[in-house]
Amino acid sequence: MIITRGISKVFKIGKKQKQEFTAVDGLDLQVNEGEVFGFLGPNGAGKTTTVRMLTCLIQPSAGQASVNGLVVGRDDTQIRRTVGLLTESPGMYERLSAEKNLSIYAKLYDVPDVDAAVNKYLVMLDLWERRFDPVGSFSKGMRQKLAVARALLHEPKVLFLDEPTTGLDPEAAKTVRDFLYELKNEGRTIFMTTHNLDEAERLCDRVGIFKQSLLAVDTPEALRQRLYGRKVVFHLAAVNPEWVGLVAGQPGVKAAEAVENKLVVSLNEPERENPAIVRALVQAGADIRFIGELRHSLEQVYLELLHSDAEGR
Amino acid sequence: MKHIRTIINKEWAEVFKNRTVLYTTLLLPLVFAILPLIMLKSTAGSIPDMGDAATTGLPEGFVQSCEGLSGGDCLQVYLVSEFLFLFMMMPVIIPINIAAYSIVGEKTTRSLEPLLATPITTVELLAGKCLAAVLPAIGATYFSIGIFNLGLSLLKISPGVISYVNSPIWLLALLALGPLLSLISTLFALFISSRVTDPRVAEQVSAVLIVPVMGVMLAQMAGVVTLNLTMMLIAIAAVAALAFAMLHLGNAIFERENILTRWK
Repeated sequence: MIITRGISKVFKIGKKQKQEFTAVDGLDLQVNEGEVFGFLGPNGAGKTTTVRMLTCLIQPSAGQASVNGLVVGRDDTQIRRTVGLLTESPGMYERLSAEKNLSIYAKLYDVPDVDAAVNKYLVMLDLWERRFDPVGSFSKGMRQKLAVARALLHEPKVLFLDEPTTGLDPEAAKTVRDFLYELKNEGRTIFMTTHNLDEAERLCDRVGIFKQSLLAVDTPEALRQRLYGRKVVFHLAAVNPEWVGLVAGQPGVKAAEAVENKLVVSLNEPERENPAIVRALVQAGADIRFIGELRHSLEQVYLELLHSDAEGR
Repeated sequence: MKHIRTIINKEWAEVFKNRTVLYTTLLLPLVFAILPLIMLKSTAGSIPDMGDAATTGLPEGFVQSCEGLSGGDCLQVYLVSEFLFLFMMMPVIIPINIAAYSIVGEKTTRSLEPLLATPITTVELLAGKCLAAVLPAIGATYFSIGIFNLGLSLLKISPGVISYVNSPIWLLALLALGPLLSLISTLFALFISSRVTDPRVAEQVSAVLIVPVMGVMLAQMAGVVTLNLTMMLIAIAAVAALAFAMLHLGNAIFERENILTRWK
């Protein structure tokens, strides 16, 4: 659905445009049909530049990209017709009503039944009662919802969302997020950039961690395992230091350490290896209170990858 | 064509919701129509029988074109010919208000990016924005001329003066030169608007276009040039050539990417 092969973007900067700044450097990526892909990275990483290249707002300096089978740089008008874009800032016409804003875009996207499309999304996003009010009087959350509606008016197959919930209060963010769940369930392909890693974890099938180039791409779970492996925590009444060695000697155990009244054990396959460890601990006299898997957050994965990248550079 | 119409409607809906722009667009034609009428009425009263003395001090070239008119009528026709420049200034001034804000305004409100993300082509976008500024300017100019003509009849201004107002020079000025000037003014303002980052700068820079029109007006007042049919045809040809060149240039220099990404 979205394929990039080594796309880069170099901007000329400085007063005489003689300096160069590489915003995106050789991005290889494939986003499949119906997938929700989270594009994560710090400010200035080149996420918005990537979105702009894929929505044909700016041209790549090198490499190739295609969206919906259409080639960026060659089929730009057709690509714009088949994708929806939620820009970082809603950018609505503030003096005009919500309805007028949407109808302008419906016409520009050549929507066959403008009124029906506009009314559908005004109702769906709970803006119907305020449809004749100027957008300037709307809250930030309402504007964002309106911008989401604008991106969907022409029923695009691929949706690009640039930080859809940034700057919204928790309630407004939840409304937008819930709507994104609905879109996900409709099977649309969604490419979203976000700083909200919890949101990315809940919404995205796969995530890409990006800083000028792609540092890692996979499902959040696979990234976690790749970085930290799988760890099981045995909560005990008390820890005998000898038990650390006992557990470390069990098959499949990669490492074990005692932390307060817990044993943290790195394993290849906890489902297979846990019973033997439990038996060994019980036989050694351990009083096991609770067993759970230690899950690193996506935030930890993200920070780890960025720090490794910074050290590598 | 549908996209162009949408952009025009969008621009008008947005621009005319701003009362200041609306009132400026309406007020200017009224002032430009009423001012000459007051001057014509007052001079008509003060020069009833001055005879040839009324033309003393008028440019020689102009006096020669007053054949068949009384001295008083010739003086009034001279005044009216100066007012023609006022009417020609209107299609230059009014679109600047609208067009100068057109692109940079969208940049500052961040609405340009979603707009450029639609399937609209650069030509459609520029044509829509251009027509949205040119049409009200031409409309306002015709509205002003209409009031002026109505005033001439109501105030019983000399038939010699009225026939000058209906002469080919005026008709060419209104039907050809005015719209062309308006087009040039709008294209220039759009060009500036796409290059700057502040709407105020766009308006100030675009306003320099009034200078050539004022220059010609002052040149006629000083007797350096005389407005006649030949001169009008030359002016139309020159302005048309310039407009044609600017239309081509406008599309070539409207770089979506630079407009979107360059802010310094």
